[in-house]
Amino acid sequence: MEFALAALVGMFFATAVYLLLSKSVIRMLLGVGILGNAVNLLIFTAGRLTREVPPIVPEGGVQLVEPFANPLPQALILTAIVIGFALFTFLLVLGYRAYQELDADNTDTMRIAEPEHAPRPPLSY
Amino acid sequence: MAAPTTQLELPPAMIEVATAASDWVLILPVVLALMGAALLLMLRNGRGWQAGFALLTVVAIIGCEVELLRRTMELGPQTMTMGKWLPPFGISFTADVMSAGFALASALVAFVALLYAQADIAEREIKYGFYSLVLLLLAGVTGAFLTGDLFNLYVWFEVMLIASFGLMIMGGRKVQLDAALKYGFINFLATTFFLVALGYLYGLLGTLNMADIIRVAPDAPVGPMTAIAALLLLAFGTKAAAFPANAWLPASYHAPDAVVSALFGGLLTKVGAYALLRALVGLMPASRDIMDPVITGLAVATLIMAPLGALSQTNLRRAIGFMLIGGIGAVLAGLAMPSLRGIAGASIYAFSSILTIAALYFVAGLIERMTGEEDSRLMGGVYTASSPLSILFLILVFAMAGLPPFLGFWPKVLLIEAGLGDGSIILVIAIVLNSFLTTVAGSRLWAHIFWRAGREGEHSEQPNDRIKPLSRADKWWAMAPTALLVAVIVWFGLMPNPVIEAGRTAAADLLHTERYVASTGIEVQP
Repeated sequence: MEFALAALVGMFFATAVYLLLSKSVIRMLLGVGILGNAVNLLIFTAGRLTREVPPIVPEGGVQLVEPFANPLPQALILTAIVIGFALFTFLLVLGYRAYQELDADNTDTMRIAEPEHAPRPPLSY
Repeated sequence: MAAPTTQLELPPAMIEVATAASDWVLILPVVLALMGAALLLMLRNGRGWQAGFALLTVVAIIGCEVELLRRTMELGPQTMTMGKWLPPFGISFTADVMSAGFALASALVAFVALLYAQADIAEREIKYGFYSLVLLLLAGVTGAFLTGDLFNLYVWFEVMLIASFGLMIMGGRKVQLDAALKYGFINFLATTFFLVALGYLYGLLGTLNMADIIRVAPDAPVGPMTAIAALLLLAFGTKAAAFPANAWLPASYHAPDAVVSALFGGLLTKVGAYALLRALVGLMPASRDIMDPVITGLAVATLIMAPLGALSQTNLRRAIGFMLIGGIGAVLAGLAMPSLRGIAGASIYAFSSILTIAALYFVAGLIERMTGEEDSRLMGGVYTASSPLSILFLILVFAMAGLPPFLGFWPKVLLIEAGLGDGSIILVIAIVLNSFLTTVAGSRLWAHIFWRAGREGEHSEQPNDRIKPLSRADKWWAMAPTALLVAVIVWFGLMPNPVIEAGRTAAADLLHTERYVASTGIEVQP
């Protein structure tokens, strides 16, 4: 099972990198979305895959009974999902707004902050 | 139903006494900033007192951090653990001299920025939540400095990132949207790499608490640990704008208002630098030693390429962005020489760079307001309109380059001493070359902006007739606080002993982590 998930993580990463390397903002956004999921899956897999009981203290007991599933990776992923989702949403809106304002989806044509033909450095005093 | 009568036995991993009231000083800076931001957001229509309330909050934060710094200097690293679980189960905030010092410098810069904003920020930007976002940014930065848990560090990075997005596009000019898009994507990518490293680290060590990592890292297999360290170097290096991953910084930092540029330049890259020092020197020194040639290469490249970039720029704030990257090179040089002097030099340089770069952006904002231009070729003749400004600019350029008698000089002395002691002559040469090139780039900017009479070309002999002198409000709200910040830089340059001593303590705690681990209560088996 870990093998399958590891391969899936690899595929996600490859796809995300491919999409992020393209010049179109929409594709890059898709890449960001896939990358976030790739990382979440990676944490999940790195936290070991086990089929154990949930970590709940049984009635009358004072501590967990072994073996129990590790809740920490899931807590980490939960946080990462929330944060990744917020950032993705922001980037989506930003991309849309940039498309409206700059009339460009291609990052090659977005050269306002970094002009393509930058002026030569001052040569004279 | 009867209540269970059996007395629960608390496992030994729990804290049974209440946290000492004085320990709250560790977490209060972050709590104050978050609460202040939330309150300002709720009351965003009361525009009259937003600034006053934000200033009060930052003053309280500074108070807490002064006390924290005093405690860390006297008693060593301090830890506060939340949720009654002892580390590594509970989430801790751990501060040593380095984190407390950086947090204090950041809060000082935020204080000056809030004063400066009175002259720099448009009314509608206040309505969009400028003051809340500044406090949120400060919360993220302070949290990142003070936390003792790597996953927490990731969360604070994101808090900082989302606040900086808001500040970056505030105003909504086209250039800001363009800059924010690139800034957003690359920073998201960097934090994702950090998260990948965290996933592997958890899989390998089963813990993310920094003190616990120090305990178990030496037993971990070398190969995977080095891979994780390399991922962290990539992630934090991108955040700090180290050499191959630095193109985003000069492409974006000049786009927002000057006060936002100053906050970013002062605070954000230093968090990356701090995380590099903490993770690679403090947590996994063995992996750092393996990567030493790579770090040396990156340091040399950053030190030399950055001021060359500054030389090739005509846009004033973009040129300052390149100088800022050069400063990161000095921190990397310290990272490459993990001796007491090297690390002390790197941390003092980062501390001084927080103050210097922010002040330099503040001055640049004033120059841009006077001339109405961003291009240094069109600025000429500012000296006639405001001579004090020219002095501030020159002092800051010298402090940035590391010329005496300003604060930037002492860390460079320490770094060069460390390099000579280590035998890393190539780093020494790179540091000296960086100082030289930064001086050339900065003093050329100074000559063009202040010394030359008019605009470049045929008008360079005629006085520049488009310069507006600073208004009274500008002088009081913008120039006076900036001058105060510069005065701090000069003062520490003339009386460097407290800073150097703090830097040495910080470096000692980073290199010999016993006190750091002991403060969290984790026991280390000999």
